Amino acid sequence: MTEIERHSYDVVVIGAGGAGLRAAIEARLQGKKTAIISKSLFGKAHTVMAEGGAAAAMGNVNPNDNWQVHFRDTMRGGKFLNNWRMAELHAKEAPDRVWELEHWGALFDRTKDGKISQRNFGGHEYPRLAHVGDRTGLELIRTAQQKIVALQQQDHAEHGDYDARLRVWAETTVTRLLMDGDRIAGVFAYVRETGKFVVFEAPAVVLATGGIGKAFKVTSNSWEYTGDGHSLALLAGATLLNMEFVQFHPTGMVWPPSVKGILVTESVRGDRGVLKNSDGKRFMFEYIPEVFKTQYATSEEEGDRWYDDPENNKRPPELLPRDEVARAINSEVKAGRGSPHGGVFLTVVDRMPGGAAEIVRRLPSMHHQFKELADVDITTEAMEVGPTCHYVMGGVEVDPDTAAALVPGLFAAGEVAGGMHGSNRLGGNSLTDLLVFGRRAGLGASEYVDSLPERPTVPGAEVEAATAEALAPFERAGGENPYAVHAELQQTMNELVGIIRKEGELEQALEALEKIRERVANVSVDPVAVNDGRGYHPGWHLALDLRNMLLVSEAIAKAALERQESRGGHTRDDHPGMSPEWRKVNLVCRLAGDPAAPHVELKHQPMEPMRGDLLGLFENDELKKYLTPEEVPAGAAAEAGAAGDGGGATAAGAENQEGDR
Amino acid sequence: MSYEAKFKVWRGDDGDGELTDYAVEVNEGEVVLDIIHRLQATQAPDLAVRWNCKAGKCGSCSAEVNGMPRLMCMTRMSTFEPDETITVTPIRTFPVIRDLVTDVSFNYEKAREIPSFDPGDVAPGDIRMQQVDVERSQEFRKCIECFLCNNVCHVIRDHEENKPDFAGPRFLMRIAELEMHPADVGDRREIAQTDHGLGFCNITKCCTEVCPEHIKITDNALIPLKERVVGRKYDPVVWLGSKLGIVKKGQDTPSA
Repeated sequence: MTEIERHSYDVVVIGAGGAGLRAAIEARLQGKKTAIISKSLFGKAHTVMAEGGAAAAMGNVNPNDNWQVHFRDTMRGGKFLNNWRMAELHAKEAPDRVWELEHWGALFDRTKDGKISQRNFGGHEYPRLAHVGDRTGLELIRTAQQKIVALQQQDHAEHGDYDARLRVWAETTVTRLLMDGDRIAGVFAYVRETGKFVVFEAPAVVLATGGIGKAFKVTSNSWEYTGDGHSLALLAGATLLNMEFVQFHPTGMVWPPSVKGILVTESVRGDRGVLKNSDGKRFMFEYIPEVFKTQYATSEEEGDRWYDDPENNKRPPELLPRDEVARAINSEVKAGRGSPHGGVFLTVVDRMPGGAAEIVRRLPSMHHQFKELADVDITTEAMEVGPTCHYVMGGVEVDPDTAAALVPGLFAAGEVAGGMHGSNRLGGNSLTDLLVFGRRAGLGASEYVDSLPERPTVPGAEVEAATAEALAPFERAGGENPYAVHAELQQTMNELVGIIRKEGELEQALEALEKIRERVANVSVDPVAVNDGRGYHPGWHLALDLRNMLLVSEAIAKAALERQESRGGHTRDDHPGMSPEWRKVNLVCRLAGDPAAPHVELKHQPMEPMRGDLLGLFENDELKKYLTPEEVPAGAAAEAGAAGDGGGATAAGAENQEGDR
Repeated sequence: MSYEAKFKVWRGDDGDGELTDYAVEVNEGEVVLDIIHRLQATQAPDLAVRWNCKAGKCGSCSAEVNGMPRLMCMTRMSTFEPDETITVTPIRTFPVIRDLVTDVSFNYEKAREIPSFDPGDVAPGDIRMQQVDVERSQEFRKCIECFLCNNVCHVIRDHEENKPDFAGPRFLMRIAELEMHPADVGDRREIAQTDHGLGFCNITKCCTEVCPEHIKITDNALIPLKERVVGRKYDPVVWLGSKLGIVKKGQDTPSA
C-alpha cells in the first residue's frame, strides 16, 4: 500500500505564477485556509520572463487614456473574438491591481511627477505599460511573493505558525483533480523531492498553471509549461475554449541551441533592424500582401527614411503584422535561403547613425542577452532568428466575473483560462490579466466555499485511480524513454501545427498524435536509489507530463483543423481571410469516449453578442471589418465612440498588433 | 562542430555520493545546462537537476562548475578547453537532496523573518516617488534569488553554526532595499545587526563577484547598511542628543 499524506484546505491554488499568487492572496484575505501548489520553487514561475510591462489605463503619461480605450485596443488585438466581458473587467480593474502592487512594495519606474511611468507598446493607443526596465514580470512575482510572506507573518504573530492559513507547497505537482460526483473534492499530487503522494482535500480549486509551450519544439516557455491545467480541467469534465489560437513570435533566437526559442524583442525591428536571407537580400519587400501594399514601403530607401520621418514615408515591411513576418521567414527557410541554423538573419549592424554605441543604448537588454547567452555581439554580427511558440490564447472556459469553470468548485485564471485575449494577445495585457482574474478567481472560489451547505468528500476510488496512474510508468518494464516520445511530440507539433497551418498537415498531425498516444501509454522509467525510487526523478515527472501535452496537442490540432479562416494566432494557408461568420463561433473542446483513453471532441458554440454600450465604443466602419452585416448596429454608434480619445480606429491600428516585447 | 567532453557530475543524496564520470557530446554554442540535459536524455534519465527558464532569469540552476558558484544556463561550454574535465557539483552551503539539487529552505526561512514592506497610512495610488530615489532599491530588486551569494559567503559556507544568526547577503540586501525604499516607514537598522548578523559581514565581496545579475551587493547594499546601523548606534551627536532628550529615537521594527 502506497503511503499517502492528507491535508485539508478551503481553497487550493495550482500554480505559483502571477495569477496563482494573486488568487491565493485573495482567498487568504477572504479568510480561507489556502494552499499554493507550485511545480517549482516559490518565486521561480514563468511570469519572471515577462519583460514589457503591465498594461493598465492609469493615464499617468497621457491623461486621455481610460478603460474604454484600453478595452477597444484589447478587442482589436483579439480580432473581436475576445470574451468582451473579460476584456471589459480587465480594462476597468487593471489600474487598481497595479496600484495595489505598488502598495505592497513594488518599485515601478517613475514619471517626472513621481507617478508610475507608462510606456508605449504595440497595439496600445496610449503609453500604458507600467514597467521596471525590462524585468516587470520579476517585479510582479517578487512583490506577490513578498505579500504572501507578509500575510504569513501576520499568521505567525496570531497563531505562532507561518503556514497556519496560507502555505506554499513548493516543487509539488498535481496529476489529478479529485471529484465527488460532478464537483471538485480535492487534488492529487506528488512532492518532487521525495516522490511522496499527497491528497489535498478542498472544495474549491483554482487552476493557474500557465501555458502549453513545451508541446512545441521551439518555444520561449520553460519546462513547467506542459499544459497541466488545461489537461486537468478536461479530465475533470470542464471545457477548453478556442485552443487553435497559439501566439508564435516571429523572431525567437534559433542559435545557439542553449537559447533556442528565447524572444528577440520586436523593438529590434522598430529600431532599424532588418531581416536578410543567406544571399544577403532584405527579403521582406517580396512578401508585402496586396492589402498592405499602400501602407508599406516598396523600396529600401523609402523604408529607411521612415524611421526618422514617419509622416512622409511608408513603414518598412519588417514591421508587417507578425504572422506575415513569420510566414516570410518560413518561406525563405523552405526555399533554402535560411541561415546556417534554420532561421534568417536579423541585423542592426551599421544601421544606426550613432554606430555601435547607439545600438547598445537603444537595445541594452538585447545586447546583453546575446552577449551573455550566445556570445554574439549584435553591434558587429547578425542575429539568427525564427518563429517560436510563445503564448496560448485558448484555455479553460470560465465565467468572466467569478472565473468559475463549468465544473462546480473549479476556477481558472491567467494563461490557462481562455477568452480574455480572443485570437491574439496584446503585449502587456498578460501581466494585468494575471492580477485582475487571479483576484477574481480567489474571490470566486471563496464565495463558492461559503455557499456550500456541506463539504464534498474525496472518494477512495478516486485516490486509488490517481495513485495507480502515477505509478504506472514504473510498472511497465522495458517501455519507451519518455524523452524520446517528448521529442517526437514536439517535432510533430512544430512542423505540422506550427505558425502556418494547412488542412493536409493538420490531418497528418492528428494521425501522428494518435501514434504518439500509444507510445505515451507505453513509456517506462526505472526507480532511482532513494525514496521508494521516486525521489526527485525527472524521467518519471516527464512521463506524467506527457499525458497533459498530448491532450492539449490534440485539442490544438483538432480546433486548428476545424477553424477554416485565419485570425490572430491561427493562420491557415488554405483559408487566408478572416471570416465574420467564423467570428461568431467559439470552438469548445471537451473529452469524450472511453474514460481510460478519452479523445477530444469539438463543439461549435455561438459567441454571445457584445453589449450595446460596448459596441458603441467603435465606429461602424471598423465593426464592418469584423462583424456580419446583421451584427453591425444600425444607428448612432459614431457618437458613443468618442469616449475620451482623439484617435479612433484605423485599419492600420487594427492590423498592427503585437504581443509582448 | 561537436566534440566529446569529459564530465564529472556529483551523484548521490544527502550524505552519500560521489563524482561520476561521463563522456558526453558537446555542440557549438551550448552551455553546461545543455550538457546536463543531454546526460538526462541519453545516459542518466534520473539525474536530478533544478532548472526553469534557461535564460538567466529565474535563478534555479545554481551549481558549482569547477568549484565556481554559477548558473549552469549562463556557463558557456566555449569557456572551457575541449580536453578539460568539467566538474559539476551541487552548491555546497545547503544540504543535498539528490545529485545537483539542494535544499534551499534556509533562504525561505530567513525571508520570513524580515519584516515586510510597510507603506504606513498612504492609500494605494497615492504614492509619489522620484526615479532617482527608487533606483537604489530597484538595483536590489533585480535579484533572481539564485542564492549563489548566500552559498559563497564564508560566514555560513564553512560555518554551519552561524546559520541561525546570519541571513546572508541576499537577505541583508533585502533589509537594505526596504531601508532605502522611499515609501517604507519601518526601521530595520537595529534588527539588521542584532537578529540578522550584519556584523558578520567583513566585506570580502565574494557575493558581488558571483552575482549573475551583477548587483553591487557589498558596495551598494551591505556597506551603506552598515553605515546606517553605525549612524544610529554610535553617532556621538545622536547619542548625546538622545541623552539630553533633544533627539528622539524612532521605533525599531521587530523581526517577524
